[in-house]
Amino acid sequence: MREIIVISGKGGTGKTSLTAAFAHLAVNAVICDLDVDAPDLHLILQPEIKTREDFYSGHEAVIDPAACTACGLCAEMCRFGAVSNPPAGYRIDPLKCEGCKVCVQFCPAGAIQFPDRHCGEWFISRTRFGPMVHAQLFPGAENSGRLVALLRQKARELAQASGRSLILSDGAPGIGCPVISSLSGTDFAVLVTEPTPSGRHDLERVAELCRHFKIPTGVIVNKSDLNPENTTDIQRWCDAAQTEFLAALPYDPAVTEAMVQRQSVTEYSADGLSMGIRRTWRRILELGQQKETSKKAAAIHTSLS
Amino acid sequence: MIVAVASGKGGTGKTTVAASLAWVWDRPVTVVDLDVEEPNLHLFLKPDIVGRETAVMEVPVADESKCTYCRACADLCQFKAISVLGSVLLTFPEMCHGCGGCLAVCPEKALSPGTRELGEVSWGTASGRIGFFMGRLRVGEAMSPPLMRAVIAKLGQNREAAARDVIIDAPPGTSCPAINAVLPSNLILLVTEPTPFGFHDLKLAHAAFAPLGKPMAVVINRAGLGDRSVQDFCRSQQMAVLAEIPFDRSLAEAYSRGRVLADALPNMHNVFAQLMTALRGVAKTSRQGEVAAHA
Repeated sequence: MREIIVISGKGGTGKTSLTAAFAHLAVNAVICDLDVDAPDLHLILQPEIKTREDFYSGHEAVIDPAACTACGLCAEMCRFGAVSNPPAGYRIDPLKCEGCKVCVQFCPAGAIQFPDRHCGEWFISRTRFGPMVHAQLFPGAENSGRLVALLRQKARELAQASGRSLILSDGAPGIGCPVISSLSGTDFAVLVTEPTPSGRHDLERVAELCRHFKIPTGVIVNKSDLNPENTTDIQRWCDAAQTEFLAALPYDPAVTEAMVQRQSVTEYSADGLSMGIRRTWRRILELGQQKETSKKAAAIHTSLS
Repeated sequence: MIVAVASGKGGTGKTTVAASLAWVWDRPVTVVDLDVEEPNLHLFLKPDIVGRETAVMEVPVADESKCTYCRACADLCQFKAISVLGSVLLTFPEMCHGCGGCLAVCPEKALSPGTRELGEVSWGTASGRIGFFMGRLRVGEAMSPPLMRAVIAKLGQNREAAARDVIIDAPPGTSCPAINAVLPSNLILLVTEPTPFGFHDLKLAHAAFAPLGKPMAVVINRAGLGDRSVQDFCRSQQMAVLAEIPFDRSLAEAYSRGRVLADALPNMHNVFAQLMTALRGVAKTSRQGEVAAHA
């Protein structure tokens, strides 16, 4: 089984539009939206939800005002500034509470409860491109890394049970907890950037993160015609960084038009950008096959020697 | 006045808006890049950096000679950052949230405070007049809120910079990093685009930030794309749309050359100067509202 993830560092480079097109082109894949914080892939794939589950992660501290003696120890010990003392008594701000349990442990009156934190929901759905695993973290919730890990585990189980050989995932922007959680054990990361100073800067950071976790990468410069000079610079950087330069794709209004129609761009239009995306997808699959072949060759070599 | 420029969806133009707003601001102003995972504001404002500091957080360091393997630390830790296997004490500093619980609970004082590097805080001045602070997360570090708090703390230590108006460039999303970035503000400016993705994520951002009780207003970037759903939603939620930046290839090209739009294009200077005035209007109205509520 192969796992391919589309990430970018910088937001808004076109991750989700490209993932939707790849999902359209992929055969025998489980599709996964790992941007659990601001997911958008479902807007194109229009999933029909088959399974809906609550996501609980960690706990939150809640002061029982009847038991509180107002000694103030919790406020003193909290490293996250989550305990406030308004005129009405001590109170914990759930947005600032890290769920560390320190106040619960040390409260001399035993006045702090520690219930499970309900952080979101996750789903297994049916789409026109195959099964989809996705989620929605509640606004302002945390522990997106754990939810990402859970979705990946569900996607693997689903792929195994249904005999599917590929998991295609849309990732989150940035390089923090949810992105790190989406990388472990992934076979290939498609890095989508744009020919701007921020696109380039963020590409370098997300590529460094992938190197850190030893994940092979390939780069797509989206909207490449906005600044051909920067596109060439990124291509040169890829050569030097020994990263596959997958494609320079043009800016195409069809991307937004397709989005408004709730279609992937390869469904919406057959020419222009869509042809480039098809070629890119074939190249991504080829790279995977080469890797499989070299893995097999290495295995044969090991068994012979 | 502290304005946080935020959005649900990434790439809607937060940094474009923050940089141009700072450019046209007609009072002393400091910008703070709290998108510490992927900070970009410096690429456009090109500040002269005068100070840098490595930010760290506290993690436990174990002295096994004092440990009796009583497991009090491992039982308390909610983040699997410390564990006891038989007569081995293991710490996983990268999992630690820095709550200090293990140090406080250990009866043998076998744990002492060490550090984990979070990244770098740097500061300086852009164009000789715009105060500048940023955080840059160490690649491989999973948690951005502690570094964001370190950047804000650094700003707070600089009395002159903190006394100015402040513009915060927030990270995308609606979860803990985004919430942490808008917490210090007294006005949230949401940047969106009129596409289905932009609209959907605007609704998520609105739902995430509304409980904070801060006034919110909207800038629509790439206006003319997509449809009218964003405008209709803003009207229904009584969020003022303070500016619309047209969808225009020349703007995207100026951005791709690292230009501040308000500097590169005279008509954009006007758009952002009007946005500044409109923001002050929203801040004033909400202050009056508060006074009325207290009266």
